[in-house]
Amino acid sequence: MNEDAPPFVHLQDVRLTYGHGERTVEALGTTNLKVGKGDFVALVGPSGCGKSTILKLVTGLIPASAGWVFVAQREVGAEPVRVGMAFQNPTLLPWLTIRKNVMLPLKIVPPFRQQYRAKKKTEFRDRADALLEQVGLAGFGDKFPWQLSGGMLQRASLCRALIHDPQLLMLDEPFGALDQFTREELWAILQDLWLTRRPTVLLVTHDLKEAGYLANRVCVMRARPGRIVEDCAVDFVRPRTIEMTYEPGFVSLTQRLRELIVSARAPDAAVESAA
Amino acid sequence: MTYALRRRLNSAAVIIGFFVVWELACVIFHIKEIVLPRPSQVFETLWLQAPAIWPHTVQTLYTTLVGFALGIVSGVLLGVLIGSSRLAYDTGYPLLIGFSSIPKVAVVPIFVLWFGAGTVPAVLTAMIMSLFPIVVNVATGLATTEPELEDVMKALRATKLDILFNVGLPRAMPYFFASLKVSVTLAFVGTVIAETVASNQGIGNLMMIASSSFDVPLVFAGLLVLALLGVGLYAIFSLIEGRVIGWARRKDGADFA
Repeated sequence: MNEDAPPFVHLQDVRLTYGHGERTVEALGTTNLKVGKGDFVALVGPSGCGKSTILKLVTGLIPASAGWVFVAQREVGAEPVRVGMAFQNPTLLPWLTIRKNVMLPLKIVPPFRQQYRAKKKTEFRDRADALLEQVGLAGFGDKFPWQLSGGMLQRASLCRALIHDPQLLMLDEPFGALDQFTREELWAILQDLWLTRRPTVLLVTHDLKEAGYLANRVCVMRARPGRIVEDCAVDFVRPRTIEMTYEPGFVSLTQRLRELIVSARAPDAAVESAA
Repeated sequence: MTYALRRRLNSAAVIIGFFVVWELACVIFHIKEIVLPRPSQVFETLWLQAPAIWPHTVQTLYTTLVGFALGIVSGVLLGVLIGSSRLAYDTGYPLLIGFSSIPKVAVVPIFVLWFGAGTVPAVLTAMIMSLFPIVVNVATGLATTEPELEDVMKALRATKLDILFNVGLPRAMPYFFASLKVSVTLAFVGTVIAETVASNQGIGNLMMIASSSFDVPLVFAGLLVLALLGVGLYAIFSLIEGRVIGWARRKDGADFA
């Protein structure tokens, strides 16, 4: 990231609290985070540390209690930035075919929505099919979500997050519910997509190997209150391969991340895991 | 013989059996025609008096369909309002429940007072009878939409209207169709109540006149016509339901969007 360029995503002294008075819960302590345009940042940490909260703040799904969230130098919500999002659950709409699910953002997001009626049977349809083919779902466009396996649904969900060529891609544990082999396959696909399209990516994950494989930077968070305690650069050459994850450099990175997370957990929990 | 065909034959046999038992019971226990006519008498009356019954049938069907259509339109609008706004939910629901607890037969005279006797009160009664299940179901369908599905749309900066049309309403469709099947039979009840109280047309009116002249077979013929109309409309809505919300039953093949 060029240090002089303004950050694409910028959290400035952001806090988030739930509830009122004595029952206030601080979900996210004062947090600062800058992400450059086209960067790939992974957020890791124990449960309840506010990883997903950061994604929701940057997407504008929830407003910050204090501080500012800027995307493309404008306050979140006002910016004309296309956002793609994928969740741990595929959240495909059950009444639409896979292809129509993938095309959903084109129906909503400008400038595509103005052309949706005219192009849904030609250009947009081809675009969805091309993307489905890229993730290995060629020929499944006319199926309904219940006819596909969990891994296939997650691929389709990834397509839906990418179809409108988002400048900002938010991934909330997108591969969390998948088996190891499917997961590794999707890492490679996601890396390809990122290398060719270069969106700015924020990835929340529990999997340290996943974070090391995919991200340029890994932010380690801790809970109660949630905050970022460490920001590690990951500078292995791209494209990365699964074999690289067994090399000493990579292993020592994941070990370091692991130690950070263990020490970032509450003291009693740390004692327990040490015993 | 296929399973589907056997199922159909079985249900037909049970329905025919019901009428046979009824017929036999009347013969064996010497039940008088004025108390309970035999099915054969009812069908005979229906056949012989068909030219006289037909205009009443058309009138009742027409009134019911108009009332039902109005009920659908206003029910969906109210359901959307109640299902998507907290304030409307808190104020609208008690009002609605209070209103639907009123016996509709008590409302008919008010309609007659306002619009005169005839078709209009019957249409309005059919409408308010069919309204409540539609409102409740559409509102429930919208209110129980999974927040994750809405988050997908919100992340795309979708407007409230986008969310309603792309997630809320399709999600509420199975609820909506379930309510239609209940409502269409209630619409008939509404029409007949109003026709019985204040009209000079329709099956309800026909049955009133028939019973005052002790023509019990004709009363039963009227009941049979109503039952057939109700079953017919129910079947039509079941068919549409299968086409539109097959996704909820996970049927293969068809395109539901």
